[in-house]
Amino acid sequence: MEVIHPRNLEEALAAVADGMTPLAGGTDLMVEVNYGQKRPERVVALRRLADIADFSPTRIGAGVRWRRIEKEGPRALAQAARTVGSPQIRNAGTIGGNVATASPAGDGLPFLAAVDASIELTSGSGSRLLRWDEYFVGVKQTARRSDELVTAIVLADDLPERQEFAKVGVRNAMVISTVCCVVTRREDGATTVALGSVAPTPMRARRAEEMISSERSPSEATLAEFARLVSEEVAPITDHRSTEEYRRHAAGVLARRLLERCLRREAA
Amino acid sequence: MIIGFRLNGQEVTARVDHPASLLDVLRDQLGAYGSKNACEQGECGSCSVLLDGELVCSCLVLAADAEGSEVTTVEGVAPEGELHPVQEAMNRVGAVQCGFCTPGFVVAAVDLFERNPHPTSREIKEALAGNICRCTGYGAIIRAFEELAGREVR
Repeated sequence: MEVIHPRNLEEALAAVADGMTPLAGGTDLMVEVNYGQKRPERVVALRRLADIADFSPTRIGAGVRWRRIEKEGPRALAQAARTVGSPQIRNAGTIGGNVATASPAGDGLPFLAAVDASIELTSGSGSRLLRWDEYFVGVKQTARRSDELVTAIVLADDLPERQEFAKVGVRNAMVISTVCCVVTRREDGATTVALGSVAPTPMRARRAEEMISSERSPSEATLAEFARLVSEEVAPITDHRSTEEYRRHAAGVLARRLLERCLRREAA
Repeated sequence: MIIGFRLNGQEVTARVDHPASLLDVLRDQLGAYGSKNACEQGECGSCSVLLDGELVCSCLVLAADAEGSEVTTVEGVAPEGELHPVQEAMNRVGAVQCGFCTPGFVVAAVDLFERNPHPTSREIKEALAGNICRCTGYGAIIRAFEELAGREVR
């Protein structure tokens, strides 16, 4: 067993290039270790690496933990952060870990899709930025090379004025999403709808977005059509957490509810 | 490899030859049995400890990642022979059934009251959302902390 605590990013990158397993908050990796699914013998522990814990309106370091995002993050990401696990999990888990694990149910991921965030990947030979839809390629599969670390989330400097997150799960706390959703809306009506747990990767409901973006004060019939389009566009599966049918239904309900919250804030 | 950290104010060392969790090391090598092992996936909170002052599940901390850190378990929340106000509050109200989850609730509540001495009922519930009581004895647990917070108890 070999564990190193890198003092700076260079040391961390050298360790990753050397094949060591990156460990951030441990809330994913240690579950697999405890259940005998993984047995990493060489680990680079990133918990105390300040170089990847920077935080600004346009850049969130990979090592920033949910507890901080809950208080300081952009509105919909902060709302998502508050629903991640429990206080214990939010004190340990990081946004970089969420992005690196790339679970379809990752609660932080729909926000990244909704605002077209980029993922910064860094190796010994430099950094590259991948837009979210280039980065997430499948269930727990990403475009990250084995010699790279996720080092930051990069956001535009003009995030939408209105943004709302919500998720559906079997209980209120400590629950993995059955469906999670972010809706954003700008002054001019431009709307984005992003969803998690309803496809192999986070996704956007582009047809619903296009339809609703030109509507300044949507009628009841338009809102119903919006929800129907979202339900049609998602691609969920039936698994131990829910059924395809329920996820389709819930995706439409959730997206409409969040859109209405954005509209109410617009009116206020 | 040999790791060292401070456990409840004392320097300790442990040998880790496989990716053991901090919880494993506390219980199997350091005789600190207060932190309980139940779910091993961060769901139940019965292994809650403070790691460098932050409430975490010790089952999800790689033991070697605690190197050089300060770890506080339920054994360390009050001086030997004394009770923490959180423990006294649970005692007064009888907020213990089988007792398995109690250490985790104590550590989580110590963390809550350190950050927020007068939490509302909602804040108490949200702060304890990561701790499961399989006896479902939540009523008395919440009442104990409402009383400690100086809230009117229903």
